[in-house]
Amino acid sequence: MIVHVTLKLFATLSRFTPDSADRYPIAPGTTVKHLLEKLGVPEDDVRLIFINGIKGNLTSTLTDGDRLGIFPPVGGG
Amino acid sequence: MKTQIIKKLKAISRPKKYPDDTDYTSISLEDIPRLATSFKVDSRKIEIIALEEGMVPERYARNMKTFSPEDQASLLKSQVSIVGLGGLGGTVCEILARTGIGTLNLIDGDRFEASNLNRQFLSTRETMGKYKTEAAVKRIKEINASITVRRHDEYLDDKNSDALIRRSDVIVDCLDNIKTRFILENASKKSGSPLVSAAVAGLSGHITTIFPEDPGLKLIYGPPDDLKSKGAEASLGCLPSAVSVLAAVETAEVVKIILNRGSLLRNKLLIIDLLDNITEILDLLP
Repeated sequence: MIVHVTLKLFATLSRFTPDSADRYPIAPGTTVKHLLEKLGVPEDDVRLIFINGIKGNLTSTLTDGDRLGIFPPVGGG
Repeated sequence: MKTQIIKKLKAISRPKKYPDDTDYTSISLEDIPRLATSFKVDSRKIEIIALEEGMVPERYARNMKTFSPEDQASLLKSQVSIVGLGGLGGTVCEILARTGIGTLNLIDGDRFEASNLNRQFLSTRETMGKYKTEAAVKRIKEINASITVRRHDEYLDDKNSDALIRRSDVIVDCLDNIKTRFILENASKKSGSPLVSAAVAGLSGHITTIFPEDPGLKLIYGPPDDLKSKGAEASLGCLPSAVSVLAAVETAEVVKIILNRGSLLRNKLLIIDLLDNITEILDLLP
């Protein structure tokens, strides 16, 4: 079985955005960490993880229809 | 003397109408410094007395109804510290001066260079090489001479931070690096004042409001020890559209804190991405 999530990678991480980010297929039970590994996003560059508008973490498990957003550290002004 | 000031204000006031045709009593831009000189008091004091008597200095007329005259007087009695006078800080200065925050406490040891010109509104060909604080004081005074400006030509660090931000009603984090943001947050918590903190990289950014008892920046950045000083902005720069939007949201938070009104971004993070037109408010607490 395959489920789908929506991905938004912000700022410097946008270069890792896959073509199908609006409906990205994953296996059920996939964690944020697994997904980021698959996309090649360096874990060190991941600072803020949010799922459906709520702060998550690398071990959060993704379910069908989740909206996942990832921010690198951002400090400019 | 206050009675005499009120009497004089009433004598020189003029009836005017707001665009919705309702009436108000206006004090002209020129009359404020004139009265201040003749009574030998700050023009800010004249404005506060006028507002407390329900008269509106014309420069604040378009703030009215969203703010009451009493609200405007509260803003004029407030002190806000702006830490960092680059892209965020320059725009925050501009907006808070026009809003009518009575005292602006400015902290930045940097001088302008050419790479600031894309986004830092206080940087011009004229101000190259000059202290950012100097340009800020000049600009604020040009906009609103009633504002008291305190100028500190030094970078905030863990030794001077407590003294630099003391007695602030609100502190605005307009810094350009993550390490100093944590130093400022620590000092804000010690001083008991709320901190509004925004950060930008490229066309993205985020903003939150931190009261002393809130967990604060570690919810966004993780533990400070694990961090490099610069974030994604080191490779993406900072675009003026994103910087200006985030600075404007910071000033709205400042005003809401002072007037105790509306919803604040406490334990929440407003993220803005102008590349894909995303705005979203995240819950930082699980």
